[in-house]
Order: sequence, then structure tokens, then C-alpha cells
Amino acid sequence: MRYMLLIYSEANSRVQTDEEKQKTMEGHWAVMDETKKLGIFRGAEPLEPTSTATTIRMQEGKAVTVDGPFAETKEQLAGYYILDCKDLDEAIGWASKIPVNCWSGRGCIEVRPIRALPARSEQPANGQYATSVR
Amino acid sequence: MADARALVESVFRQESGRIIATLIRLSGSFDLAEEAMQEAFTSAVSSWPTQGVPDNPGAWITTVARRKLIDSVRRENTRRDKQDAISYETESSQDPQFDLVEDASMMYSDDRLRLMFTCCHPALNLEAQVALTLRTLGGLTTTEIARAFLLPEPTLAQRLVRAKSKIRTARIPYEIPPIHMLPERLTSVQAVIYLVFNEGYSATAGDSLIRKELCMEAIRLGRTLCELLPKEPENIGLLALMLLQDSRCEARINQKGELVPLEDQDRSLWNREYIREGQELVERALRMQRVGMYQLQAAIAAVHGHAKVAADTDWHEIAALYRELARISPTPVVALNHAVAVAMSAGLEKGLGLINQLGASGELEKYYLFHAARADLLRRLNRRQEAMDAYEKAIALVTNRVEDQYLRRRLSQLKES
Repeated sequence: MRYMLLIYSEANSRVQTDEEKQKTMEGHWAVMDETKKLGIFRGAEPLEPTSTATTIRMQEGKAVTVDGPFAETKEQLAGYYILDCKDLDEAIGWASKIPVNCWSGRGCIEVRPIRALPARSEQPANGQYATSVR
Repeated sequence: MADARALVESVFRQESGRIIATLIRLSGSFDLAEEAMQEAFTSAVSSWPTQGVPDNPGAWITTVARRKLIDSVRRENTRRDKQDAISYETESSQDPQFDLVEDASMMYSDDRLRLMFTCCHPALNLEAQVALTLRTLGGLTTTEIARAFLLPEPTLAQRLVRAKSKIRTARIPYEIPPIHMLPERLTSVQAVIYLVFNEGYSATAGDSLIRKELCMEAIRLGRTLCELLPKEPENIGLLALMLLQDSRCEARINQKGELVPLEDQDRSLWNREYIREGQELVERALRMQRVGMYQLQAAIAAVHGHAKVAADTDWHEIAALYRELARISPTPVVALNHAVAVAMSAGLEKGLGLINQLGASGELEKYYLFHAARADLLRRLNRRQEAMDAYEKAIALVTNRVEDQYLRRRLSQLKES
């Protein structure tokens, strides 16, 4: 089963030293290399800080664009991994190896199972798909 | 035939935990397993009186339940195949090895251990862990658990549904955790068992029979844990602690329903059998030389158990054990207990000094036992007014009815003197 490991980091005003950055990167590379070798790596990306985020919300049928996310939490989503694990304990094991101090503050990892969608029996007619995702 | 029915009930008590644990492994589903087991027990009630009781009733139930399980899994699969859904349940139950008796690679043959670790998985919240453990391993009904915890039955039922759904959806494994996770997971299992025990032991409101049942159930689970992982000294320590505490259960509440403090208890009411077993277990655990908080608390309880009368209590030994306990578990509550032991062994003034020091941090200000312990020492020191003030503070914070009455009795005795 695929799990998404969401990295939440606290943005710290302190700038990371090169040495710290290097150590964090090495931590990520270690997890990526190991999981790739085991064939369970499905993806991982870092995100830019929330100061670069834009939120689009549907209001009265119209898409309204605003600055930033609404969540007023100290820990912000900083990146993710998708790993194909046999069970939650395996996912927890990997989560405990992923560095969470991306922005030099503390952090945590949320492990969420990815819901398997039932196979789509038929292709939607042209245009129908676009409507449904909007 | 009433005998057969009674036998079915006793088989349920003794074996349902083991049976359901196996059925969950086979089906990969708590709900299917529960259903199959219930049906098998129902079959037993109707067939044993006429066809005779089988030689091994537990095995009979397991076989019948397993057959029902296979039927329902087949039905379920046919239904699901049509819907083309993917799920944990069907995946594991479609396993071709489904019907094999035992997988040789299994490290532990007893499924109850798997079930314990799954029910007490830290990904479930503590309330859910407790409810699930009592429901599956303990075989208690939802009604019984709800009554024991003074909760509305739908709340408890909802809690169980949510926990089972998380186990299925997030795929909490049904396995003994890998070795590097074992210490954390074992701590979690022990905590749940001790919580069940304490719920039965310290809470005095509610249905007392159910409360007693909780203590017995916790002790039973503690025995099972010792039997399954006998080399873990904390498992033994936990069982010893529960036995030693429970040994005083008849003496700590008098016939008027009042709380009787340790030093005033009628020690002839103590369960000598439990004390003897508890003391033996403590010694066995301590010989393994991996001390832990359950072992130390059990050792303290064992010292009390050794004293024929309250005055014989070896408070020096108790103070030393609390000091050791404070080293591995440095909580204000342990420090408070240590201070009381010092007061009893090295002088009331000295103990009171320690308690006042503890109070200075403010951490214990809202803890009724802090004020109650202070009040008790002040009372013994004949510092009447200060003792009365401390009792008032304790009474303002205490929530348990029986303990509240005890503190009020003490206060009125002081007022009269």
C-alpha cells in the first residue's frame, strides 16, 4: 500500500549553516537511495516555503485567488515522500529516518495511507473529465 | 441443559481471546472474526446439550468459526469482485495460504501477542487501545466496557468502530513488531493493561462488580503477557504490581464504603496468596537485572506486604526504592511519594521539608494528593491549623467521591480535636 509521508517543518528565523544543509540533504539522499534500491520509492519533492503559496478557493461558483495558505500553524508543509510499504510499521520506520528540519526549525511527519481508487471501467466522454475536476 | 450453557460461558471466558486472535489473523478482519466467533458460540449452545460436549471445546469453537469465516470470506469476495474494489481485507483473505493451519515461519505461535500489539498500537489513541483490548482480548461486551468506564454505549461503540477502521485503512500490522520497535510497543501494551487495572482499582464510582472484573481482566492479560514474553522483567513486574495492589482490595474500603488508608487496614483481609505470588514475581524480575518502573513499584508494594502490622513497615527500604524510581521516572508524583517515605523513615519534619520544596515549583499545586500528603504530615506534627488548610485545598481538588469523604472525615476530626 502506498503511503504519503508529509513533512511538516517549523520555519525558524535562523538561517541554516552550510554544514547543516548538507547534513539534511544527506539524510534525504540516504532514504531515497535505500527506498529506491528496495523498489518502494514512488516519489519525493521538497516545497518552497508557504510565503510563495497561493490559495484558490471556489466562491459562488467562481475561483478566487488569494495570497498564502489559510492555516495559521507554526509547522508548514515542506515536502513529501510517497513510499509503497507493506504496512504502517514499515512507513513509520521510514518516517523516523526522514529529516524534518528543512527550514532549520523542528518538525514532524504525518503518515497517510493513499486511498486506492477503483479502476475506471470506461473513459469519460470528451470534456466531461475537465468539468469534473474543475 | 444448564451445564452445557455454563460450560460454553466458561470456554468463552477462558478461550475467546485466543480464538479471536487466530480468526483475525486468518481473515485479516476484526469484524469478520468477531462475527464468526459469535456464530460458533451460538452453535455450541444449541449443539453441545444434544450432541455432547467435545473433548476440546476451544478447538471445536475455532474449527466451527473457521468454517464460518471461510464461507463469509467467499461471499464477501464474490460481492467485492463485482465491485472491483481493492482492500486490505480481501487482499489478505484471498491469500492462497488462507486455509493453512500454521505458517512455519511465525516467530511466536500465539496469535494473542499479535493481537495485543495491534490493539495497543501507538497509532491508535489510548482510549481506543483500551476499548479494543478489552473487547477482543478480554471478550467483554460493548455494554460491559461502557458501564465500566461510565460512558454512553454509543460512544464506546463508535470508538471501537473508528479504531477498527483505522487498523484496516492505515494497515496497522497484525504482527509482533520488529526488534527495534519492540521496547516502545511493549511499553504501550503494558500501559494499557495497567490502565485497565487502575480503572478497576482506583475508581470507586459505578458498578463495583464490573470494576472488579476490570482488575481481574487486567491481571489475566498481565499473565498472558508474561506467558508470551517471559524474558521481559517489566512484564513480570507489572503482573506482580497488580497482584500486590489487588491483594489489599478487600481491606481498602470498609463496609460503610469508606476508604481505609494503608496503615489502618485490617491486614487479615489481605489476600496472602496474591502477596506471596507477587513477592516471588518481584524477586524473579529483579534477578534479571533490568530494573524498570513496574518492578520498582511492585517492590515497594511487596515491602508493605511483608509488614504484619503497619508499624513494622520498612520505610527506609521504601524510601530507597522511591529514590531509585525517581531516577528512572523523575516525575513530581514519584518525588512526592519519596518525600512521604522519608517522612516515615527519617522524620516527619524532614519529609515535610521535601514536600514543601516540591510545592515551590508549583507543578503539584493542582494535584490533590500533594495537598493531602502535606495535610497528613502536618496533622501528625500537630500543626492543626495548617493541616486543616491543606485538607481544604485537597478537598477542593479531589474528584473521587470515596477519597473526598475520607479527606472530609480527617478534616472534621481535626476540627473536633
